Amino acid sequence: MPEKIIPKKTPMREQPPKERIKNFNEVPYGYSPEEAIAEAKRCLQCKKAPCVAGCPVEIDIPGFIKFIAEGDFKSAIRLIKEKNVLPAVCGRVCPQETQCEQVCTLAKKYEPVAIGRLERFAADYEAAQGEAPIPELPPSTGKKVAVIGSGPGGLTVAGDLIRLGHSVTIFEALHKPGGVLVYGIPEFRLPKAIVYREVDYLIRCGVKLVLNFIVGKTATIDQLLKEFDAVYIGTGAGLPWFMNIPGENLNGVYSANEYLTRSNLMKAYLFPEYDTPIARGKRVAVVGGGNVAMDCARTALRLGAEEVHIVYRRSKQEMPARIEEIHHAEEEGVIFDWLTLPVRYIGDERGWVKEMECIKMQLGEPDASGRRKPIPIEGSNYITPVDTVICAIGQGPNPLIPQTTPDLKAGKWGNIEVDKATMKTSKPKCWAGGDVVRGGATVILAMGDARIAARSIDEYLRTGVW
Amino acid sequence: MVKILKKELLVPNIHFMVLESEVIHLNAKAGEFVVVRPDEYGERIPLNLVDWDEHSASVVFMEVGTSTRKLGCLKSGDTIADLAGPLGRPTEIVTGKKILAIGGCYGIGALYPVLRAFKESGNTVITAIEARSAFLLYWQERLKKYSDEFFEITRDGTRGFTGHIDKFLNWYLLKNSVDMVYAQGCAYLTYLVSQTTKPVGIKTVVGLNPIMIDATGMCGVCRVIINGETKFACVDGPEFDGHSVDWANLLTRRHIYINEERRSLSFYECEKYG
Repeated sequence: MPEKIIPKKTPMREQPPKERIKNFNEVPYGYSPEEAIAEAKRCLQCKKAPCVAGCPVEIDIPGFIKFIAEGDFKSAIRLIKEKNVLPAVCGRVCPQETQCEQVCTLAKKYEPVAIGRLERFAADYEAAQGEAPIPELPPSTGKKVAVIGSGPGGLTVAGDLIRLGHSVTIFEALHKPGGVLVYGIPEFRLPKAIVYREVDYLIRCGVKLVLNFIVGKTATIDQLLKEFDAVYIGTGAGLPWFMNIPGENLNGVYSANEYLTRSNLMKAYLFPEYDTPIARGKRVAVVGGGNVAMDCARTALRLGAEEVHIVYRRSKQEMPARIEEIHHAEEEGVIFDWLTLPVRYIGDERGWVKEMECIKMQLGEPDASGRRKPIPIEGSNYITPVDTVICAIGQGPNPLIPQTTPDLKAGKWGNIEVDKATMKTSKPKCWAGGDVVRGGATVILAMGDARIAARSIDEYLRTGVW
Repeated sequence: MVKILKKELLVPNIHFMVLESEVIHLNAKAGEFVVVRPDEYGERIPLNLVDWDEHSASVVFMEVGTSTRKLGCLKSGDTIADLAGPLGRPTEIVTGKKILAIGGCYGIGALYPVLRAFKESGNTVITAIEARSAFLLYWQERLKKYSDEFFEITRDGTRGFTGHIDKFLNWYLLKNSVDMVYAQGCAYLTYLVSQTTKPVGIKTVVGLNPIMIDATGMCGVCRVIINGETKFACVDGPEFDGHSVDWANLLTRRHIYINEERRSLSFYECEKYG
């Protein structure tokens, strides 16, 4: 128990907004050992820790925080890694405020313990000591598992199964591993070197990684099953949605996936050193209110935009983005147009978007999502100049595997259907999890699904019972 | 890294490249494409798959921007960073039809596996390849092997029929009937073919070549308008009914990065040659 309760989190130093919008370097610097120890000492070490239940992968949170408070950082990271193979990633991108930190006992009266920042600290501390040691692995079971997709879910399944003695091969469609962690989340929020470090750790543990292999096209799941005993499908949300309004195919109108993939995976922010270009708009509108929209808006600023608007049809309260992301975007000067819906894009004579027409909205009764439904205000239309539009309204699951695997049951939106207790699909020997099952969700939920699937896969491989 | 088993300049600016691959052949079909990336800095370039066997996958490409210029500078025995595929939907291979197949530019190479598949499925295949001048035509012998009739078209009249593809089509279709026209090549060629066959109502399938990045349906940059509906060329195509394509939109979208491409190329050439 701390001697005296400190009501607020130990602040984390970060790049000042005016400076950081000129670079792609990470925004928060992370805790120093002294700051981490001070923050860790705020933890009440609850016997019945609600934070653990709030964590989709059930990290022993009070346990690792206690180690940090004692200055035993190595034991802290070892304990985290028992449950989470990607702590440096989760410490940065998990929505802790709606998970572990939301249910923190301190949060009833004060600010919760900064669990995410402490997780990040422990992971970064380990990385700074050089290559992470490889855990002792059990003898090989002789069973082979194919993991499709090297995003957070795929990496988690691989990490869990390799430590249980199974042989694991990850198949990745793109030329870099990491999935959404690499193509989707920008460098300033999650440095790619961190992702590659985690992937490298798995490879050193014996996981095989095959890049440029598109399951569904290069080989089908049925072809894989001739060689592998089990398959995990973690192919993510790979189909961008558009609004189907006039002018969406004008030049300068992007899907969030395209905009972020150009910048993050293809490094278009370093053009012309890298060959892939990206529009460097001066007046940018980002449509949508999630984390992806925030990432696009903040990327646009760093690419030199003079004015970036988030155009969202509901109000700030209903925004699905993390508070921290909204806060960072606001600090950096992103303008929020609440209760606003684009209705068409207007092009110039060369086919480039030059204006967008929007309509103002008001909130009505709660809809199926529990949020108040936005209703257009008749006659409130207005036209505003833009030279780049990024559509960040969500995405569906990638269709390549469902299309080429007819006996895999998929829902109306193409989501693969699973048994939630085991993540088993309708096809024997096939498991699935993450966004290909859920639609657009989070990194940690994909990892939670992966953990459940890994347990079930291990049981199947040991017993042979489907 | 992927080894270049063979690299050959077919005609000025157009190259043939055989890449080492143990997996592309597993499911490869005519009409599909692959993505290559020359080096760590390069773009992901979609290229038609022109041939394959158990150990290789071949492409024909034209030097246009920096990344294809980089590919063009490589030689047999060198390596490229990445090769992925096959991608896209294969050509629908009909049977027992009379098909006029047209290729121009890099599309002459792209035509090869499709002619082979058409011929092997019992179709009558009339092949026409076109270029500005005779020295830009290639692979005549290779294509003739799967053609019942074979035409060469040059705009300057240095070989075969003189004129552009529309003139040839008008001439040929005046005295011959075909069930279907199939065309591979630059957007202007496939546009012109589609425009010419539309009034006479001949089914026309064209391979489109919009800008792509991931080429697996994820980014949506390759969207094309087909019959008023947005489709992704990488997963719904790249072949579509030429009479349903919104050509103005396709041609405009292909030029999104024309200024950046110029800048990139001059940057690359300064870096390389000083």
